[in-house]
Parts: sequence; structure tokens; C-alpha cells
Amino acid sequence: MSIFNQHEAQQHKRFRGEHPIVVEGLKTAFGEHVVHENLSLKVNRGEIIGVVGGSGTGKSVLMRAIIGLQTPAAGEIEVFGNSITQAGIDEDMGVRCRWGVLFQGGALFSTLTVGENVEVPIKQFYPDIEPELRREIARYKVILSGLPENAIDKFPSELSGGMKKRAGLARALALDPELLFLDEPTAGLDPIGAAAFDRQTRELKETLGLTVFLITHDLDTLYEICDRVAVIADKRIIAVGTIPELLETDHQWIDEYFNGPRGRAASHGKPPRVNSRSSVDNQPDSEA
Amino acid sequence: MDSAFASATRKVQRLIRCDATERLLSYRFPRIVYRMSGGAEFSIEEREAGGRRLLLSGPYLVSSIGAIDQDLDALSGEIAEIDLSGVSEIDTVGAWVACRTARAHGAEIVGASERARRLLNAVEAAGGGEYQEPEGLAWWQPIPAKTGELVEKAQVGTIGVLDFLGQILIAVWNLLRKPSRFRGTAFVRQIELVGVSALPIIGLMSFLIGIVIAQQGSVQLEQFGAESLTINLVGRITLRELGVLMTAIMVAGRSGSAFAAQIGTMKLTEEVDAMRTIGISPVEALVIPRTLAAVIMMPLLGFYASVMAIIGGAVVGDLLLGIPFWTFLTRIEEVVPTHDLWVGLIKAPVFGLIIALAGCYHGMQVRGNSEEVGLRTTMAVVSAIFAVIVLDAFFAVFFTEVGWG
Repeated sequence: MSIFNQHEAQQHKRFRGEHPIVVEGLKTAFGEHVVHENLSLKVNRGEIIGVVGGSGTGKSVLMRAIIGLQTPAAGEIEVFGNSITQAGIDEDMGVRCRWGVLFQGGALFSTLTVGENVEVPIKQFYPDIEPELRREIARYKVILSGLPENAIDKFPSELSGGMKKRAGLARALALDPELLFLDEPTAGLDPIGAAAFDRQTRELKETLGLTVFLITHDLDTLYEICDRVAVIADKRIIAVGTIPELLETDHQWIDEYFNGPRGRAASHGKPPRVNSRSSVDNQPDSEA
Repeated sequence: MDSAFASATRKVQRLIRCDATERLLSYRFPRIVYRMSGGAEFSIEEREAGGRRLLLSGPYLVSSIGAIDQDLDALSGEIAEIDLSGVSEIDTVGAWVACRTARAHGAEIVGASERARRLLNAVEAAGGGEYQEPEGLAWWQPIPAKTGELVEKAQVGTIGVLDFLGQILIAVWNLLRKPSRFRGTAFVRQIELVGVSALPIIGLMSFLIGIVIAQQGSVQLEQFGAESLTINLVGRITLRELGVLMTAIMVAGRSGSAFAAQIGTMKLTEEVDAMRTIGISPVEALVIPRTLAAVIMMPLLGFYASVMAIIGGAVVGDLLLGIPFWTFLTRIEEVVPTHDLWVGLIKAPVFGLIIALAGCYHGMQVRGNSEEVGLRTTMAVVSAIFAVIVLDAFFAVFFTEVGWG
């Protein structure tokens, strides 16, 4: 290796530290309305961390803060050891080519085909890659994300909701990121499609060695693929751990969340009970 | 040449005992190293068992592949195996390039780490088949294809306009039978948007136009000693033509475009479809209030514009021509025939109708993506202004012929 290329080669190193994402004392607010106060979270390398919380508790806001779209009022966010809070949105290019983001609605560029959508980040960050290779990369990424081959030349408006999500996933994976953000990936998918998406996420994580930050309401997803679950309530992360660990804490919201009828169904693979009382009584029968 | 170079480098090697240089040189010459870039490199060596071995080394990542990919692609001849044992880092792009090279030369991949093996399997499964470029057209085909497309578009467009007019007639008929279904709030809101909020800009524009006409006209009329005819010029041209025409152009730019963009966006977000399912006719709820507002506001705005232009002219008269302000205004009443006012006022609602229909029609035609919204908005404004100017020419001839010259 020549001496000239050494600093460049630094960029090619994968992140070796323990925690790709470190959030310390985060405070975010919209005017008077405080969303997070003193929120801290450490994500381990190579895990799928599920973030849960009631509607409006700021799960998506947390994700937007981590990826630099939302400026926090206070606190410190580090991704791959680089501070996101201090760098402006345009300065941290070195970090942003190492993560992929799947937005809730897919957020595909509507005037480009699926294949072109996947090519956009590659063209943006690595313009020296030949167009032919770029097309090939886009093609196998699309197929890796579970879309049929003929979807490549389709426009987003011609895709179903589930296919849009997969196309969004393909774009998020375009640069072989080390870190993947998924915002409610299975929302709006049918159970079969959702299960397939979960499996895909798990497989991709294992093949590509990804760290996945996953926001979800889907209890099945939590049980199936998440290594740890972080719970947002009272403007902060109240607990992080595996689901059995969370069940041992006696926070009321966590209890209702996992021991509610849907939570039990997800943990046992049984249909939810019809009895409306079952959401209130908390039998310890769901130790998963 | 090669050996001379090699002996020279050996000398250099003896002289400089720098570690990095030594590694570089000793690495370089037993094999043929093709390219060095951001770290990714490759070399070819002869195997003992026969055949050639391609050694890849350094990081094979999306960030480092760009500079080396073409050289790899250009390799020719048989390669028996591809050795990945020197690869320090690999991602799917690196795996893909290795996989592609292996396939092109019929080579076997050896020395892959566990991670590389996993990635190779993944991309192999995903990209196994040959990529088929979508078939392009032959050189002569685009011309007839484009012509056919245009003809079809013209047909679809004509039917679309007729369909739209039909829908409006139906909606009007329904509203006449059941006036309670008329959306008063939406109508008043559109009156405000089309009319009231346009007052400052249209007022300023007309005032300035009045000043320009008076000033420029007086310069020309002065040559005949007929500066006083400036009053006739300003009064007649603004009330007959310019007041309404400029207002129409301004309303098309302000409101016609807004109609198209707003309705178009509502189409994209399926709001229009949602209305239909609830039983609200989009034509009744969106098109009728906007059209009616434009039809009613255009004459008012046009008259207001003429008044502002005349005031502009009067200011010039007062300051430059020595015609007192109030004299200018009273003279207007004497020199401008009433039918000039009617000419303007009759044209105005027609222009308003055309602008609103063009805006709403193009908005309703939006399909697919956000680019279409922009495209349709442009088309709405351009077609509205064009139609207004063409119609204005017809009106001018018509009114002169009927004796309102």
C-alpha cells in the first residue's frame, strides 16, 4: 500500500468499537413541547435493537435526531464515534455513507425507477464507479431485498405498499452500510409479507453484519428478530434489554404492552383473546 | 527494459531501507500488479499446478472498488482461480465484483474468509442470472412511435376535456336541483384567495402600466401637439383591453397555477379518491367553487385594474403634462364611451372561466408522481394565457364589428 493512500484507507475500515450509536442526555423539543428529556441509549455493534413506545412518544424523532435531521436542544449523539450534534448536516459525509435509512413510507424518489433510486446514493458518494457496475449493484441489491427482478424498471407509483418498503430497503442497503435504520418496516404489510420482511431483515443482518435500529409497533417483529428492545416512555428510555428482562421490570406500560392480549398472542403464537378483561389482568403466564 | 528497470529498483531498494518502500517493491516485481488505488489491488501469478491465479488484496469495498473495477473487467484470458486470502475487508460490492470476474473467466474462488463466503453466496443467489437490458428501439422507430404517441395523446386529451366539461355540467345541474349542496365556505375562501389577496399586486401592476402608457403615449402625441389625447389613450386602452388582459395573465399565474398544483397534489395523496368514496363529488367540492370564484372575481379585478391604471395615468398627467389630477379624471368620463367599459366587463368572466377550467382540468389530470404536478401546473398556466390572448383577439374583432369600436 502506498503512503499516499493511507488516510484514504482509514475510511475503508469498518467500525470496530462496541457501540455504533451512543446517545447521552438527549433533549429534543418543538417549541414548548418537549419530546425527549435526558434520554440516553447505547446500541451494541451487530445487534437488532427494537425501539418501542406509545404513539407520539418520539420514536421517529429519536431516529431523526440520530441521523441528523432533527437538531437536539441538548445532549450528545455519537454515531461510529463521530459527534452528530456538532457537525452540520452537510459536514458528516463520512458518516452518512455508512448508514442506510428506510423511512416509513419508503420515501422513494417518485420520478426515478426503483433501480435508479438504488443508484442514487452510489452515484452521490462514489461517482468513480462505472455506470455498468452501478446498475449491476443496484440489480442485486433489489433482488437481495426480496423484490422480483422486473421491479427494477418500475416507478414507485406502480408498486404496492410492501414493494415500496422493499425498494426503500434496497436503497438503504445501496452503500453496504454498517448501520441500518428502519422506521416501522412492517407497518401496513400483511402478516405473511411482514413475516417475510422480518426474516429478510434478520438474514441481511447476519449476512452483512449489520447493526439495525428498528422502530416498530409490531410485537411479532420484536419477538422474532430483535436482540434487545428499548422502551421510550416519560420522555426517556425507561428500559433496554431482552424481552424476558423487560418483563421482569414492573413498569406499568411495559407490562401492558407485552402482557396485553396482542403481546400474549405474539409470544405464544396464539390468536388474541376475545375477552376484553384479559388486557387488564396480568397473569404471569407469558414468560417467553 | 523490464529487467533494467528491475535492477534499478533493486539499487534503490538497497539505498532506501524504508520499510514501506521495501514492501511495495518486493511486492511489485515477482508479480504483475495492475493497479493500486485507495487500497484495493490485484495481481496475477502462474500456479504450480498450471493456469493462472488472480490474487485480490486490500479492501474490496464500495468505497475502493471504483478505481479498480474497469481494470479487472478488462482482464483477458483464462484464470483458474481467484484468491481472496489477501482481501482485508469486503462488502457485497466487492463480493459482486469477485463473483462477476469469476463467472467471466470460469474461475474458482478460493481463500475466502467466512464473511466473504457468506457475502459471495448472497450476491451469487441474487445476481446469478444475466442482466437483460430492456430492449431499445431501432434507429428509425422513435419517429413513428413519437408521432403515434402524440396522436393518441391528442385523442385522450380531447376526450379528457370533453369528459371534464361534461362532469362540470352534471355538477352544475345537480347543484341547481339541490342548491344546499353548494359549498359556500370553499367558495368564499376561493373568493378571498383569487380576488382579495390579489388586490395589492394587481393594483401595483396596473398603476405602473398606467404610468408607462401615459408617459410613453404623451411623448408620441406631443409631436402632433395632442398631449391632451393622452387621456383618451389611457382611458380607452385600459378599460377595453389592458386592464382585463393583464389581470387575466396575473390571475392565471397566481390562481390558475395554484388550482392545478393543489388539486394535483390532492390527486397524488389520494384525497380526491377519498372524497369520492365518502360520496363527495370532487367536481362539486373542488372545481365549482374555484371556477365560480374566478368567474365572479375577474370582472371586479379587471375593473379595479383599469381604475388603478387610470389613476397612474392621471398622476403622470399631473406631474409631467400639466393636466390637473381631477381634470384628468373628469375628462375620462367625457372621452371614454360607456361601451368600452362593457367590452372589458363582458370579456372578464369568460377569461376567468378559462383560467379556472384550465387549472382544475390539469390538476385533475395529475397521475403518478410529483414531477407530473409541476408539469401540469406549467401546462395550466401556459394554456390558460394562450387561450385568453387568442380569445381576446376574437373579442376585439367582434366588438368592433358590432359597432362598439
